[in-house]
Amino acid sequence: MSKPESELHDPETTTRDREFNDVEPPIGWDGQTLQEMLNESEHLLEETGHYRGLDELELKEQDPFQYEQMYSRLRGALVSARETALHVSASPIVREIGELCFQIYTPEGDSVAVSTGIIVHVHTGSLAIKYMIEEDYEHGRGIQPGDVFCNNDNDLGNVHTTDVHTFVPIFYEDELVAWADGVTHEIDIGGMTRGHDQIASTNRHEDGLYATCEKIGEDDKLYQDWRDRGQRGVRTPMYWDLDEKCRLAGCHMIREAIHEMIDEVGVETFKQFLYEAVEEGREIMESRVKERMFPGTYREAGFHPIQWEDKAWQPGAQQNMMNHLPVEMTIDGDGEMELDLEGATPPGPHPFNCAKGSMEGALWVYLTQSLLHDGKVNDGANYAVDTNYPEGSVVNPQDPERSYHTPWATIFSTYLAVSKCLSNGFFSRGFREEVITGYGEPGDALQGGGKLKDSVADAIPDALGDYWPVGPFDFSCQGLGASACRDGLDYGYAMFNPEADLGDVEEWEQTQWGLLQLSRRVKPNTAGHGKYRGGSGWEGLHTIMGSEDVSMYAFSIPTVTWSAAGMSGGYPGGTSYSVRVHDTDLAERAAADEPYPLDDQPVGSLEEQIEGEEVIRDQDGMFFPEEFENHDLLRYQTSGGPGWGDPLERPPAKLKEDIEEDIFTPDIVEQVYGVVGEYDADDRDFTVDEEATKQRRKEIREERAERTQSFEEFFEAERERVEESDWNDGVQYMYEGVFEQSDQWAEEFREFWNLDDAYSP
Amino acid sequence: MTDLDKHRVESLIEGELTWDEMRNDVLPDPKDPDRFEKTREVLQDRVDWDDPILVPLNDHLYVVGTDDGRVVRAECGEDLCEVDENWKRSCEVFVREDAEEFEELYEEYMHVDPDWAFELREWYCPECYELIDVDAVPVGYPVIKPFDPDIDTFYEEWQGRPAPDRESTETAAD
Repeated sequence: MSKPESELHDPETTTRDREFNDVEPPIGWDGQTLQEMLNESEHLLEETGHYRGLDELELKEQDPFQYEQMYSRLRGALVSARETALHVSASPIVREIGELCFQIYTPEGDSVAVSTGIIVHVHTGSLAIKYMIEEDYEHGRGIQPGDVFCNNDNDLGNVHTTDVHTFVPIFYEDELVAWADGVTHEIDIGGMTRGHDQIASTNRHEDGLYATCEKIGEDDKLYQDWRDRGQRGVRTPMYWDLDEKCRLAGCHMIREAIHEMIDEVGVETFKQFLYEAVEEGREIMESRVKERMFPGTYREAGFHPIQWEDKAWQPGAQQNMMNHLPVEMTIDGDGEMELDLEGATPPGPHPFNCAKGSMEGALWVYLTQSLLHDGKVNDGANYAVDTNYPEGSVVNPQDPERSYHTPWATIFSTYLAVSKCLSNGFFSRGFREEVITGYGEPGDALQGGGKLKDSVADAIPDALGDYWPVGPFDFSCQGLGASACRDGLDYGYAMFNPEADLGDVEEWEQTQWGLLQLSRRVKPNTAGHGKYRGGSGWEGLHTIMGSEDVSMYAFSIPTVTWSAAGMSGGYPGGTSYSVRVHDTDLAERAAADEPYPLDDQPVGSLEEQIEGEEVIRDQDGMFFPEEFENHDLLRYQTSGGPGWGDPLERPPAKLKEDIEEDIFTPDIVEQVYGVVGEYDADDRDFTVDEEATKQRRKEIREERAERTQSFEEFFEAERERVEESDWNDGVQYMYEGVFEQSDQWAEEFREFWNLDDAYSP
Repeated sequence: MTDLDKHRVESLIEGELTWDEMRNDVLPDPKDPDRFEKTREVLQDRVDWDDPILVPLNDHLYVVGTDDGRVVRAECGEDLCEVDENWKRSCEVFVREDAEEFEELYEEYMHVDPDWAFELREWYCPECYELIDVDAVPVGYPVIKPFDPDIDTFYEEWQGRPAPDRESTETAAD
C-alpha cells in the first residue's frame, strides 16, 4: 500500500514545537518509584479492605464542596475533551457514534473519573498502565513529561484489537501526578480481513496491528516511524491518523485542565482527592449492592455456538464449537459481590477469546448500567467485586498468541447471565423496574469493504482514497430485554455502550460509498415472548454499486442456538439468519422502474421479489467474508431482547398493538399467547375475538398439562443421553473442554446426573 | 429519593405505570429504603394463604415461612419443595428440541438449528400449569437453581429485624 498523497499526512502540519525538561526517576510521589506506589497501594487494600487504607474520607468530610467541585470539574474536563476531540476524527464510528472515551488514572494506574462514551475501556487502561509500571518503564523505556504511549494489546489491557489507547503521563513539577488515556474504536486495524470485528482470525498473527504499551512519541510529538507504521499498517490510513490525533488532543486537554486544577487547589489536595475518589467509588458500590440486591448465591449460564465446520478457513478452526460461560454470583452480608466463572470453556481457534481485562471492563460497563448510574464511576467499583475468571479459560486465556479480535461474543453471552443474576436480586428486593432479562446481542450487521470504480472514485474527495470500509453501527440498536413491569425497549440498546446509537444513514453512506441501504424495517417475531415482551429487532437490506473487489461478512449472534432464555417464564428472542442474493436483476428493475425487494417478510419471500443466479439462505446469521458484485443483495437483522413472565398473562390489548406495529405476526400471537382475532393488514387493524381468545388460552393450559412430563421422567431420559453423549459435535466440544478445564465443574456435573467418577463426555 | 406509597407499589406490580411515571418517580436513585417491605405487604395481600412471604423469587414463586419450615411455594398455593432444594425438580417440564416444536413459537430460520442438540426447557407449576421459568441450554446441561437467598442475613443484618417466620421465636426468647 502506498502512502497517501495528502497534506493530512504531513507531520509538519499536525505537530507543534514544544520541549519538556526530563525528570530523573523516581517519578512517583514523595520520592517513591511507581512500583513502590503500586506495591503500597495493593498492600494497603489487602490489609485494610479500603483503597490506600482510607477508612475515612477526610477531604470529603472536611470540605465536601471542594471535594465535589473537584470531581465535577475533573469529569467536566474529561467530557469536554471527548466532545471537542471527537471532531478531530473523520471516522463516523468516533465522530457520529461516539465510540471513544477519556479517563484519568492515579500514578499507580487506578481510574478516578471517566468521560461519557464507551466506558468499557476504563479498567483496561488501568491494566496497561500497571503493566508499564511492573515492567519498570520508569527506569527502562522512560516515562517523561511530553511522552506518549499506545496500547491495543488485549492480553495486557484492552477489550479488542481495534480499540486503541493513547496514554499521556501528567507531571507536576518533578512528580507524575496522573495519567490521561483516550480510546477510540478503529474502523480497520490491518487484520487478515477487512472489518473491525473480524471473525476469520484464529491467532494473534492474523489480528492486525498491535502496539504493546509502546512509547510512540515524546515532547508531545508522535515518532515518525510510529506514524509511518500506522499509515502503512491499516487499510484506512486517513481515519487512523485523525483518530490518533483525536486521542492525543483529548489527553492534552485533560493535562491542561489538571494543571489548572493543581495550580488552584495545591498538589497535596489534588493527590488526596484522587485517592478518596477511588475509595468512595468502592464504598458506593458496596452500599448500592446492599440497597438493591439480596444476599445469597445466584447462578446462570450463557452459551455461544460457533458453527464453523464448513465455514472456517484455517484447518484447525474447521469444527463446530460451543463456548460455556457459567456465572455464579455471591453477595455476602457486607454487600461484597463475588463473581465466579468456574467451568468456562478453554480458549479456542477463533477470535472470541476474551482477556481478563476485557471481562473486567465488561463487568464494569454492565455494573454502571445496573447498579452505579450516578455514583463515582471508577476503579473503586472494581475493587468492590471479587472475581474469578479462571486462568487458561476463554475468559482469561493468559496467552498472547490467541486471537482476541472479537471477544464481544463471549462478553455478551456471559453478561446475559450476569444480568439475570442481578435481576433476580432486584426482583426479590421489590425493584421490579430495575430488572432486565437481558438484551439482544449486538453482533455486527455487516463488515468488510470494497473499492470504488475509477469513474465513481473521481467524485470522492482525494483524502479518502478509493477504498471504502464497511463497519456500520446498526448493531447499536438491538432490542432490550423486558423488565418485570414493562416491555423491553425496541431496537434501541447496545450492552457495550449505553449511549450508542446507529447514526444517520447519510453519514455512513459518505464512508461506505459503494454500499447502499435499500431499506430498514421492524422484523416481526424477533422479540422474546412473555407477559412483558422483549424489545424488537429489525432487518435491513443492502446492495452494492459502483464498486469492485468487494467482500463482506457478518458477525451475528444469536445464530444457531440461543445464548440464554428470558426470566420468570419469558422466552429468548428469535435467532438471526442470513440471505445473500448474487448476480441479480436489480439494475434492470431500476432502469425499468419496477419494484425491488425491501425485506424478507414473510420469511422466505426475498428471493421471490428478485431474480438472482445464486441465493444463499442460511439459518446461521454469521457468514465468512464473501465476494460481492454490484447489485447483489445482502439481508441482515438485529436481535430482539428476552421476555419476562408467562406469555398467557399478556393482555390481548397489548398483543393487538404488537400485531399492528409488526412486532409479532397474528399466527405466532395465536400459537404463543392464545389471542385470536382478525387482522386487516392494509389498515393495520387487528380485532380481538374475546370469546375465541378465552377458549384458546384454556386449550393452551390443557395442552401444557397433557404434554409435560415429571422431573423424574425428564431426568431419566436426559441422563440416558448424557451417558451416551447424545448431542452434536459442538456440544461435545463444550463438555469435553470444560471437563478438561475444571475438575470442580466436572464433579458437579457427575453429581447432578448420578454418574460415576469414570464418566467423561 | 423515590418514595412509592402502597398504591404505587401495587401499580408497579400490576405493570400499570406509564413511562413518565416510571422515569420520574420510580427509576431515579436513590431508591426508597422500605420498598421491600411495602412490596412484601402488597404481595401478601394478593395471595390466598397466610404463611408469611419471606422472599419473592419471581412472578409466581415465593419463599414462604411455614410451621414445617421454609418452603418454595407457587402463587396458587402449591408447595414445591423446601427452600434449600431446587424447585425445578418439583415442576412439570416440557422440552422443545425439534423444528416443529420450535416453530410453535418462532418462525422458520429464527430458532435454534435442530442439529445443535439445544433445548428450551419450560418449567410449569404442577398444580396450575403457570409457566414459571424457561431455560435455553444444550442437551445434558444440569438443571441450575437460579437463586439461593441468604434469608436470615438479609433480615437480621440488612433490615435489622428477624425474618417474619422467626419473629415469634425471637419475641419468646426475649
